[in-house]
Amino acid sequence: MGAQLRVYKRRIRSVTATKKITKAMEMISASRIMKAQRAVAASSPYANELTRAVTAVATRSNAKHPLTEEPVGATRAAVLVVTADRGLAGGYSSNAIKATLELTRRLESEGKAVDTYIIGRKGVSYFGFRNLPVAGSWVGFSDKPTYQDAKEAAAALIDAFVTETSAGGVDELHIVSTEFVSMLTQNPVEARLLPLSLAETEANAEEQGPFPLYDFEPSAEGVLDALLPRYVESRIYNALLQSAASEHAARRRAMKSATDNAGELIKSLTRLANTARQAEITQEISEIVGGASALADATAGSD
Amino acid sequence: MAELHVELVAADRKVWSGEATIVLARTKSGDIGIQPNHTPVLGAMDPQPVTIRQADGTTVVAAVHGGLLSFADNRLSILAEVAELADEIDVDRAERALAAAKADSEAVAQRRAEVRLLAATGR
Repeated sequence: MGAQLRVYKRRIRSVTATKKITKAMEMISASRIMKAQRAVAASSPYANELTRAVTAVATRSNAKHPLTEEPVGATRAAVLVVTADRGLAGGYSSNAIKATLELTRRLESEGKAVDTYIIGRKGVSYFGFRNLPVAGSWVGFSDKPTYQDAKEAAAALIDAFVTETSAGGVDELHIVSTEFVSMLTQNPVEARLLPLSLAETEANAEEQGPFPLYDFEPSAEGVLDALLPRYVESRIYNALLQSAASEHAARRRAMKSATDNAGELIKSLTRLANTARQAEITQEISEIVGGASALADATAGSD
Repeated sequence: MAELHVELVAADRKVWSGEATIVLARTKSGDIGIQPNHTPVLGAMDPQPVTIRQADGTTVVAAVHGGLLSFADNRLSILAEVAELADEIDVDRAERALAAAKADSEAVAQRRAEVRLLAATGR
């Protein structure tokens, strides 16, 4: 076998192996999307009921609570960004990070200092590589988040929120995550968790009609105290689940195009290998023919 | 007999839903029994088993670890981070957890195990 042909054969083998891997990753991601979507659906009754209850308390009671009050002249904000633990998911993590940096710039132009909290190794390594300050990070559960994970992150954020601003606390809580629109579309979205944005809650209230006049047990403040941390947890949990579904969808798409590209590469390499083999055969034939005719000429001359 | 609709929802799943004639739960300010056409109420709950009585006389008991109940328009939602029906509870495991929590004097874990046992065995 000629040297050229051997090189092509070797490359075809290695691309074929790569294609098998990307194909397997594509199928794994495809099956996990369904699972992740089911998790989103399973968590939505809790999230919906909770949002409804929060809205009811916030709109119907005159309770003053630090978690609902719009602070005057907010100077510090916390941003939580949800990224992936592993790469090979196309632009998934970098889109979320881009949205975070944009939000950070906007908040800073409003005169607020920003504390960044990160979920997912990709975000941690992005900020670490650029020596950007990180207030807190959690890794290791981006593809299969549990409520406990959301609770840990929420506890740190609520802690920062209730701390006085002068003592290093924050006045606002933002979250950047990736919304799962469809198998092909996932958008980075940002939302302000706290203080509760009234526009959002009022829009909800209009959808569902007026709220009944609730009796509060033990009191409106007591209910809000118990409710709002749960609300933040559930919003974060929901964002984590949506992001997990998006991550799998993004990875499936990235791996599908990698598989397709590998297929293309194998095809063109096979063509090149065929040409090289054919060129080798042609050369061998012309050598034989040349040799034969030289022999024939020599015998003719000796007659 | 009038009935109310009950939704018992944990953070990651719907635990139970159906019609009931009375629901007993414990809020921060004391026990509360909710029958159909109760006045709208929104309460924070203490960790305690919730008892749901159905029209046919059967009773559903669930261990609800804190959370929130909201009642309006004959619809009761019980929201809890963690909630499980009595027959889902592994009594041996809960007893082991209770012993471990007592040994480490972890109040939250101990209460959680106690509620589980209370719901599962009624003691």
